[in-house]
Amino acid sequence: MNALAKSCLDIRDLSAVLPNGLRVLRSVSLSVQPGEVRALVGESGAGKTMIGKAVLGVLPPSVRIVEGDMLLEGEDLGKLQPKARRTLIGARTALIPQDPLTALNPSRRIGPQMTDRLVRILGWSGEKADTRIRQLLDEVQIRDPERVLKCYPHELSGGMRQRVLIAAAFAAEPRLIVADEPTTALDVTVQKQILRLIAQLQREHGTAILFVTHDLGVVAKISQKVSVLYAGKVVEEAETAALFAAPQHPYTRALMAATPRYTDPLASLKPVDEAVLAGLAAEIAAADQAWRHPHG
Amino acid sequence: MLLQRFLIRLLTMAITLFGVAVVVFVVIRVAPGDPIAMMLPPGATDADIARLRALYGLDKTIVQQFFIWLAGVVRGDFGTSISLRQDVLGLVVNRLPATLELAIVALLMALAIGGTTAILGARERGTAVEAGIDIASGAALSIPDFLWGLVLILLFGVLVPVFDISGRVSPQLNLPFVTQFYLFESIVRLRFDLTKDLLAHMLMPAVALALPLAAIISQLLKQSLKEVLDLDYVVLARVKGFSETQVILREALKNAALPTLTLVGVQFTFLIGGTVIVERLFSYEGLGNMAIDAVINRDLPLIQGIVLVFALLFVLINLSVDMMYALLNPRLRHG
Repeated sequence: MNALAKSCLDIRDLSAVLPNGLRVLRSVSLSVQPGEVRALVGESGAGKTMIGKAVLGVLPPSVRIVEGDMLLEGEDLGKLQPKARRTLIGARTALIPQDPLTALNPSRRIGPQMTDRLVRILGWSGEKADTRIRQLLDEVQIRDPERVLKCYPHELSGGMRQRVLIAAAFAAEPRLIVADEPTTALDVTVQKQILRLIAQLQREHGTAILFVTHDLGVVAKISQKVSVLYAGKVVEEAETAALFAAPQHPYTRALMAATPRYTDPLASLKPVDEAVLAGLAAEIAAADQAWRHPHG
Repeated sequence: MLLQRFLIRLLTMAITLFGVAVVVFVVIRVAPGDPIAMMLPPGATDADIARLRALYGLDKTIVQQFFIWLAGVVRGDFGTSISLRQDVLGLVVNRLPATLELAIVALLMALAIGGTTAILGARERGTAVEAGIDIASGAALSIPDFLWGLVLILLFGVLVPVFDISGRVSPQLNLPFVTQFYLFESIVRLRFDLTKDLLAHMLMPAVALALPLAAIISQLLKQSLKEVLDLDYVVLARVKGFSETQVILREALKNAALPTLTLVGVQFTFLIGGTVIVERLFSYEGLGNMAIDAVINRDLPLIQGIVLVFALLFVLINLSVDMMYALLNPRLRHG
């Protein structure tokens, strides 16, 4: 890899702890190149959402970053003043949230919720923002933007709301989008459409995406690179095609074995092996030991 | 549909007021104390007493008295005050504005103090600032309004006398007012010298009434805000680049205000109830002060009139809270 090329996102040795001292992120390193989709996969509690939140500066107050750097297009987020960091994140990144039912403010109409960042953070004119939003609503195949913009969230279906959120995320042409399990809360039939939509917009706009998911099927469909997470630690990192062809880490292999297949559901739904878990526990313990006593 | 709901609402209001009228009417007649005995000098003959009783209609049965009174109320005649010998409606209408002004100023103070501290506490959640706000609101809440009145009189009336502690307005002033809403009229007439004098008199009773309510608003609104601030749409607003203050004011406040609003409606009626004693403490010439005189003098028609007006106020407050709730919550509007 060319060391001079500026990554869209560069995370180096990121560690975060809870108040009780437990590490929830264990020296995580990963990068997302411009226009690339990097999947972050792992079971719930593996810290994949935590990484997304850390990048966007919206970690819960109880989680404290103790080590590591996050560079957004070369700018070290940790070295910026809070206000500068906020504005930078607002201008260059966006979030496609997990649950479209709770991600829109129930007491505000859709229109202002979609334009507020363009107007109030990026300083666009109301007219320009309005045109832009209509253009994006068209791209996410919403055919009656007039009605939708005047709606309150509860007047739209879950799939429609996720389309609205996707449109809003792409509207400001962010360099990086964090997609936090964007299809998990949706109907199975809608999941596919939404995933296809995100993939299509990503290609057309050339936006880099950090795509958080627990679903290897989704990883295969949308990403070029993938990082496999276990207990806040990246256990394997590879090109998506290479990972599926030849998974290196036992945990990755176990995860793949645990993915349900319609042809043989009973045989395919294997829980992760005891031996694999024991190996992971030893690996985590060794990493924590090395982290606490770097010179011993 | 909407009209039907409104009519049902009006009917419930009428039934409530009727119930209040019955209860008050019966209770003050069953309770010990005789207004006639208090009017006459010692040594009045039984014949004198009987004549006076007949004059005020007190020789009839309670049921008869009630329907005579109710028939009058329907025509707008609330009877004649026994102790003041004046038309009850006129007396009440004359005093009500003073109490309304006091209650409204107190409510605005409570909203301003409670709202500001709630927003500040939510923004600084988990810090010493929030802890300080919690302690202050705990103290404000554990002392009732009349005790705050006494504390304020001691502090700013006796120890450091900066405010007037008695009356509604300085007696030597020449008042040009045509309504009894002195404070509002002084503002409309741009007579800010009078506004200042009225506010100086009103400040301490209003603060005494406002403090407990401000504490309740502060605690409840801060709690609701903190809950809302963890929701996804608030997180999304932070990612968009909005500051914590912007996030609270634009995204969180309206949704968090709903539970507080309901409570403020209920608590505002308590606040108006509190005016009775607080007005007395500060010799403020409002309805509450008159209510105490009326009870001391066993002035039955006046007590009935005052209580009915208070009941009407409470019912109207509840109605407006419901309407505001619908206004703030779009999901209710279409239901």
